[in-house]
Amino acid sequence: MKIEAKDPVVEFHDLTASYDKKPVLWNIDMTLPQGALIGIIGPNGAGKSTLIKAAMGLLPLASGYVRLFDRPLDEVRRRVSYVPQRETVDWDFPTAVLDVVLMGRYGRLGLLARPGKADREIARECLRKVGMEAFARRQISQLSGGQQQRVFLARALAQEADLYFMDEPFSGVDAATESAILSILQEMTAQQKTVVVVHHDLQSAAEFFDWIVLLNMRLVASGPIEKVFTPDLLQETYGGKLTVLSEVGELVRKRQIPSREKY
Amino acid sequence: MERLIEFLSFRDPSVLSVTIGAILLTASSAVVGTFTFLKKKALVGDAVAHSVLPGICLAFLLSGTKNPIFLIGGAFATGWISLLLVDKISMRSKLKEDTAIALILSVFFGLGILLLTYIQHSGNAAQTGLDSFLFGKAAALVGQDLLVFGVVAVVLLLAVTLFFKELKLIAFDPAFARALGLPVYGIDLLLTTLTVLAVVTGIQAVGVVLMAAMLITPAAAARFWTDDALHMTLLAATLGALSGLAGAFVSYAAPAMPTGPWIVMVVSVLAMLSFFFAPRRGIVSRWFQQRQLQHTILDENVLKALYHLGEADDDMFRDRSLEQIIARRFFPRRPLRRALQRLQRRKLVQRRNGTWRFTKAGQQKGQRMVRLHRLWELYLSRYLEIAPDHVHEDAETIEHILTPELEQELARQLDFPERDPHQSKIPS
Amino acid sequence: MDAFYIILTATLIALSCGLLGCFLILRRMAMVGDAISHAVLPGIVIAFLVSGTRDSFWMMGGAALLGIFTTFLIEFFHKRARLQTDAAIGVTFTWLFALGIILISVFAGQVDLDQECVLYGEIAYVPLDLWITESGKVLGPRALYIAGLVLLINISFVYVGYKELLLTTFDPTFAASIGISISLWNYLLMGAVSMTTVASFESVGAILVVALLVAPPATAYLLTDRFPALLAATAALAVAISAGGYYLAAWLDGSIAGAIVTVAGVLFGLAFLFAPRHGLLTRRWRQRRQRQALAEAAAGYRE
Repeated sequence: MKIEAKDPVVEFHDLTASYDKKPVLWNIDMTLPQGALIGIIGPNGAGKSTLIKAAMGLLPLASGYVRLFDRPLDEVRRRVSYVPQRETVDWDFPTAVLDVVLMGRYGRLGLLARPGKADREIARECLRKVGMEAFARRQISQLSGGQQQRVFLARALAQEADLYFMDEPFSGVDAATESAILSILQEMTAQQKTVVVVHHDLQSAAEFFDWIVLLNMRLVASGPIEKVFTPDLLQETYGGKLTVLSEVGELVRKRQIPSREKY
Repeated sequence: MERLIEFLSFRDPSVLSVTIGAILLTASSAVVGTFTFLKKKALVGDAVAHSVLPGICLAFLLSGTKNPIFLIGGAFATGWISLLLVDKISMRSKLKEDTAIALILSVFFGLGILLLTYIQHSGNAAQTGLDSFLFGKAAALVGQDLLVFGVVAVVLLLAVTLFFKELKLIAFDPAFARALGLPVYGIDLLLTTLTVLAVVTGIQAVGVVLMAAMLITPAAAARFWTDDALHMTLLAATLGALSGLAGAFVSYAAPAMPTGPWIVMVVSVLAMLSFFFAPRRGIVSRWFQQRQLQHTILDENVLKALYHLGEADDDMFRDRSLEQIIARRFFPRRPLRRALQRLQRRKLVQRRNGTWRFTKAGQQKGQRMVRLHRLWELYLSRYLEIAPDHVHEDAETIEHILTPELEQELARQLDFPERDPHQSKIPS
Repeated sequence: MDAFYIILTATLIALSCGLLGCFLILRRMAMVGDAISHAVLPGIVIAFLVSGTRDSFWMMGGAALLGIFTTFLIEFFHKRARLQTDAAIGVTFTWLFALGIILISVFAGQVDLDQECVLYGEIAYVPLDLWITESGKVLGPRALYIAGLVLLINISFVYVGYKELLLTTFDPTFAASIGISISLWNYLLMGAVSMTTVASFESVGAILVVALLVAPPATAYLLTDRFPALLAATAALAVAISAGGYYLAAWLDGSIAGAIVTVAGVLFGLAFLFAPRHGLLTRRWRQRRQRQALAEAAAGYRE
């Protein structure tokens, strides 16, 4: 089941992505619509994070390409924001909450430029939106998991992008943070911004998203939630891996096959 | 050369004892190093190595003698303390392990240097020789020194032999070891003690500064030749012993030279050779494997092209010119000719006045390639729901690696199909 | 005056090292710094043999290139030979360092370097090697100028690339996502580390420079919670250990570099135990007080 988006903002074209030469995502080919809250759903090891990393050019692609706003990534970087998983950074890093949010402005500054007054104002405003303005000067190691996630969201907001890729923003957060984040994301999509979220909880997925991408090493389905969120498709996504696919992937890695041959 | 022969004849009994000593010391530290390497704690050895210096100096200051037992005791004490501190700092503060290691090794070494220079400047006559612990001096391995260091080395080797199974297990899978009910903490403690002991014995030959190499390099080199822990340990010991032998020779031929750097140089060169030329894992052999693979892929593509030509005019065994093959599928001429020659050697094609044709075996092989290609295309379009116009490229790669078992499995899952997504026939 | 020159030189070097060290420890690359400082040795010796002097810019440049080469070699062994990282570091730097020592002993006659200098430098001789202009004017110790120049270069580097260095250290994936090249800034930083270790070599030797790279930043990290404060505390520590080390060495009649490092170690130990928020003992005391307060409150509640 694959439904193409009208006026897509994200286009994956026949994309195969590998870790250490082993393909973990096969032939992803789909388009995603503007102004939607999009959930990428699938079991562990399905390649959900890999998909958005590939979209952000953080992994070398074995084949295929991604176009954002119908352009290559490098031409539209400022319009795109990426929120890594919370666990990927060292929260003992000696820095304050506001400084982390200010990092969202770095992409707009030249080599020597420092964030100015206007940037600070924007950063504070973003902190206010996520309900963390009281923590601006707090050291980041003192934050709870949910607060860390809000700070990351504030940093993404400070980028003032049109398209957001977020890796598990709801993982390990408290209920209050969950609804706070959700309402911000909904507000963003109301302003025609597109938000792509990697999500692992099926239960909440049904409530959160307008558009669902079902993934398990390959694309199972992509489309509006009412069409895609069906028992059959979910069964297909979660009903075990395609063993052939993982075995072939392992063979590719073992034999160090070049991803595309010369002739 | 003459000197080398003279050295190897061991006419001088002291040469023999120095050589045996050096070999024993380097081999035993290489053996222990194998386990720290496998535990991915190689650099911890570096911290211990540097940290024994203040111990040696303190022992000398307190005892006033160069008696090896005292010095070994001092070295053992500070070496142990350093490991403890590295652990404490990385567990009990926000500093990470690499910082803890670098910090402890440099600070302990600095303290050692301060003490050493203090001893030197205070003009104690007996101190000459302490600095041979810095870069090693195998030639000094005589009499009582040899005896003491030798005994420690033998104890070390015995301990490893006795606890080989346990050490292997905790290096490989500590969680599993704990599940088995092994005293993981105790074995860890044993390995730590052995590491400190290995450093303490090695320093006479290699010196504290480069001692880390004796723990890391032989093990790293051995890893490239084998996957078996026992073989790896033995090989590391052999490489260590070889470098020890070289060290003893340097000591004999150029008594003024420090032996440590030479020992390290020899073992490093052996390691680099392993990194590059070891079968299977070495960089060069992997490069060859890669090239081999490229050839296989090219050859199989040529077979496929011949099969497609045959399919088109319903005659598999017609003579084909290079031009015809290239017209069917583009290949540069030279690689194509080479591929055909390789195929001829494998009796898959025959050559007749400049043209090529399938043999029976070649036709079957070409048919299998085409079958695999189309099976995979069908699999992608059926199970991954990929549009028929997107499946070809991927199948181009995968056809080369599918095993007969996977072929069977694909055919079964696809219900023994006859046509691929492009409606071409899937040959059986 | 000699004491002043020595302490000033040591301070300038410690400032350079500490500045870069702050980034190294936060990037978990302290041992790579250690490896580089060892591995530049053969570069120094070869440059010495070629140029015949100790303080040419050729020598610095050549040796610094070797430092970057070391970083590359470690990556190469790790990626191409698939050697685990810790072993790749260990094999690379011990090999290059051994090569350096062998070169020194083989060319002992031609090279004005010895093992002592390699191990702990000759900062005591700094005031003896003066920079005298052609007109005969004495401008002060040459090493002082080199250390000053290197510090200037390092400060400009960190000033220009502050945002990029900070971001690639804190959150490299995010940095890459906004188009900052992680490997470019990594190599630039390693280049700066190489240059600094080469310049520090003469004064403190190849091994003790590691302590200057790691100990003050590690100490400062336990005392501060913000990056600018970390830099400031590191700088203050650099001054303190240089002066303290000098007087300790004078008192014991030992190596100045060794004494500086010893003082740095002692200060770290104090911070590790007694730092206001992160100290081991302070945390323990705080917990005990909290437990007591809790117990008292509970007792009061029962009554």
